[in-house]
Amino acid sequence: MTDFPHTPPKQSWTFSNDVNAEIRRAAATGIYDIRGGGSKRRLPHFDDLLFLGASISRYPLEGYREKCATDIWLGTRFAKKPIHLDIPITIAGMSFGALSGPAKEALGRGASEAGTSTTTGDGGMTEEERGHSKTLVYQYLPSRYGMNPDDLRRADAIEVVVGQGAKPGGGGMLLGQKISDRVAMMRNLPKGIDQRSACRHPDWTGPDDLEIKILEIREITEWEKPIYVKVGGARPYYDTALAVKAGADVVVLDGMQGGTAATQDVFIENVGMPILACIPQAVKALQDLGMHRKVQLIVSGGIRTGADVAKAMALGADAVAIGTAALVALGDNDPALEAEYQKLGTTAGAYDDWHEGKDPAGITTQDPDLFKRFDPILGGRRLKNYLKVMTLEAQTIARACGKNHLHNLEPEDLCALTIESAAMAGVPLAGTSWIPGRNGGF
Amino acid sequence: MQTFDLAAQGLRALNQTLHGLNGTTNQTAWEIVNPKGSHAIAVGLDAPIDVTVKGSTGYYCAGMNKQATVRVKGSVGPGVAENMMSGTVIVDGDASQYAGATGRGGLLVIKGNAASRCGISMKGIDIVVHGNIGHMSCFMAQSGNLVVLGDAGDALGDSLYEARLFVRGSVKSLGADCIEKEMRPEHLELLADLLKRGEADHLAKPEEFKRYGSARKLYNFNVDNASAY
Repeated sequence: MTDFPHTPPKQSWTFSNDVNAEIRRAAATGIYDIRGGGSKRRLPHFDDLLFLGASISRYPLEGYREKCATDIWLGTRFAKKPIHLDIPITIAGMSFGALSGPAKEALGRGASEAGTSTTTGDGGMTEEERGHSKTLVYQYLPSRYGMNPDDLRRADAIEVVVGQGAKPGGGGMLLGQKISDRVAMMRNLPKGIDQRSACRHPDWTGPDDLEIKILEIREITEWEKPIYVKVGGARPYYDTALAVKAGADVVVLDGMQGGTAATQDVFIENVGMPILACIPQAVKALQDLGMHRKVQLIVSGGIRTGADVAKAMALGADAVAIGTAALVALGDNDPALEAEYQKLGTTAGAYDDWHEGKDPAGITTQDPDLFKRFDPILGGRRLKNYLKVMTLEAQTIARACGKNHLHNLEPEDLCALTIESAAMAGVPLAGTSWIPGRNGGF
Repeated sequence: MQTFDLAAQGLRALNQTLHGLNGTTNQTAWEIVNPKGSHAIAVGLDAPIDVTVKGSTGYYCAGMNKQATVRVKGSVGPGVAENMMSGTVIVDGDASQYAGATGRGGLLVIKGNAASRCGISMKGIDIVVHGNIGHMSCFMAQSGNLVVLGDAGDALGDSLYEARLFVRGSVKSLGADCIEKEMRPEHLELLADLLKRGEADHLAKPEEFKRYGSARKLYNFNVDNASAY
């Protein structure tokens, strides 16, 4: 008998091991997968853009010597007291409840030391973050957990949250494991129940109502506070235009890489758009309305480095926000905790069951034994360091492009590595003048 | 009595003036004339003052009220007394949608009818409606009390948490996880107090009401309840 070669076993691309494992998990449990974080897909992203740098046609600025400013004003349209930040990298909204009190404190400490703002979340304002945040943005969410006029007035800005990138059109769920006595009290709910956060605001629907809601908030706060409107990246052109129409001072736009404390995996991975695709549409809306740079645009969702910051700003954003990256800077998913991640059936870098409250890093938990492991002073210092590094990185690139302020970066400084990213970002494919979807080019 | 002409002096001046008052003010009685359906009238008050609005208002009248008593001699638009913390808001006429939404304390009295989503996401407020209420009222209501002397629309108390609902008339339908519950003596006592404070004790007796509350079956997710969502 001749031993003929066999066709080797072939895995299906469609029914991959990952897909089949999820089918088996669903069949065994009868419930969809819930997790934290943002999309884990390989998405067109800032990695697909490159800066061109200066040469003969443009001249660069000297690194470490010539000034490249990084400061930003937010809320200059209507607010009597707009916010001035030293750097254009802000900390995104993350709730007390999703995060521990010490983690919120660390975010406040790090942000304040770096000269930027931090943001509350869907659980009200805690003393930890108010006390340690020089500039605190107070989220006004559909659930209104913990909402009260005193906190509105002691905030530095107010962010009306319409949606977030991880789940545009979706509400939230904080599972019972994380509803401690303190979390329950702040949210007026019984301890230990699964707490739903609504997907729509309870007392307004649509842009005309939002305009009146913003009026009410401004009246309560004497027109002092900048009013942000945060939307998930779904229809950024129209959402940005409508937010401007409704009277926003600042539009916050969150792409699908933006994290959440807990949502269905199917939602995170299949609803919304990557931030790269969102920014040009939002900028176009602002430009069409003559409001670019008058209503500031903050973008978030997958910002990791100073290069990402610079690219977002070159596309027309005024500032960025970070959430997941800030948690990593604090110590989330650190390989030093690998043994404990293994006990939870995961591995460092992949841990996303934040809703279960068992975070060995003590960040996404309400378990006192766990959150006591986390040192808010050290965490704050690490966050400050990280923010400083990102800023230096962005400045380095901006100087190379000949810009004396990060704001002066522009689409003309960019090219794209892929046709998809060129089309989404509206910048030419590298080596060509071709922007897919626009006429001409070579 | 201080009189404020909203049409002549404007909304900003009104709220700024009222916000400037505190517990030591002698100007405790205010009358607002010519409201003409304006939005955000008397929002964010935080003083033990008595404000009477002579006419109907738009959205969010008395929003986020603390301490103050606000009386509206007319009807109110959407979101009256939204997120109220304390104090009292009394509406002589009808209320549009979301009356008392997310309210955390105080008393809201509506002497006419309230439209849909009355008491949505309420978090401790007491609401007394002399007339009827619309559909989806007390959706996801967390705590506090709703008293309705008339009828309730569809899906009353859908996804209710710990709020207590008392309805004298008919309920068109109950929402998910909302059930009729036994009226015990402590509830009758509570109801008598709410009727009195809601200026309705001459209109109804506690014994005429039925009590509704949460079955608490949706408090923790269970796939076997998926059809309820």
